[in-house]
Amino acid sequence: MSFREEHELHKRRFGRNVGVALVLVSFIVIVFGLTVVKVTRGDYEPENASIQRDQ
Amino acid sequence: MSDASIHTQASHGEAEFGDYFALLKPRVMSLVVFTAAVGLLAAPGSVHPFVAFCAILFIAVGGGASGALNMWYDADIDRLMKRTQGRPIPAGKVTEGEALAVGVALSGFSVVMLGLAANWVAAGLLAFTIFFYAVIYTMWLKRWTPQNIVIGGAAGAFPPMIGWAVVTGGISIESVLMFTLTFMWTPPHFWALCLFMKSDYKDAGVPMLHVTHGRRVTRNHILVYTLLLAVVAIGMAFTGVGGPIYLTTAVILNGLFVAGAISIWRRDEKISEADGYKRERAFFALSLLYLFLHFGAILAEATLAPYGIGGW
Repeated sequence: MSFREEHELHKRRFGRNVGVALVLVSFIVIVFGLTVVKVTRGDYEPENASIQRDQ
Repeated sequence: MSDASIHTQASHGEAEFGDYFALLKPRVMSLVVFTAAVGLLAAPGSVHPFVAFCAILFIAVGGGASGALNMWYDADIDRLMKRTQGRPIPAGKVTEGEALAVGVALSGFSVVMLGLAANWVAAGLLAFTIFFYAVIYTMWLKRWTPQNIVIGGAAGAFPPMIGWAVVTGGISIESVLMFTLTFMWTPPHFWALCLFMKSDYKDAGVPMLHVTHGRRVTRNHILVYTLLLAVVAIGMAFTGVGGPIYLTTAVILNGLFVAGAISIWRRDEKISEADGYKRERAFFALSLLYLFLHFGAILAEATLAPYGIGGW
């Protein structure tokens, strides 16, 4: 029996790691997407920014 | 300890990713997603589609987190009930501590993210929903009063209100009525299930109405709550989220639902047992369709309104 033979346990761990990785990548995509949406809509502009632009 | 014993022990205790996902009660999450989406789409005004997507995702995660907290606290009775023995904790796949950690972490995450993505009114409602389900229902009411389902049903009724608050930043009569629809629907839905899922709750010592007050009283309660539900459901047709499509749907479904409740009320245990609780099972199946079609009709009204078809 080789030491390299994959146990069912390793498959479970691998699946779990892939799952966590996908969740983290999705979180990054969501935060990035929300940031783009909020910045382009001007949600984070200071309150007097539009007044300054008009002047 | 030999290598063999290490392997055996580890393979039993090692959870898969799906086991952690199962802690979030995916089937309940699907109802949360649907009703929250309807609340969001029916609300006056609009949000960016990506913000709407994220908001519904965070509401679903918050609902899932409260499910994980419920599984953590109820692990002892889940081991006793046939219906819940396959859940990750009683099955030995996830430890109680892990479930608690998942529940607490996702609760905080979902509330903060919903606040940042949408607004803090919606986030506050989500936080209250998690608190209501995990503390008021799971820790307090469920094992204390036979009215557990009635009051606890509020937790499952909040998502359309949260969806509405994502767009409007507040609460209104329409969102409260959408809450009331699910709130009033929950007791007859669950009590019908209890009538044909006999022994489970009794074995676990959960004071469900049919265990403490008997089946006759449960049948009476189903009828009373169904009649009250019909008033709320049809009354909602005349608010801002209603219209001809909703009114037609509500009249037909409530007619069928009340007829089903009367039929359950008129039966006794002998007749029900003889036909394997046929009417009770049919009523339970109809209850699922009932909620789906009511919210579907609200969605149809909102979607068709710009074309001059939906709404009054």
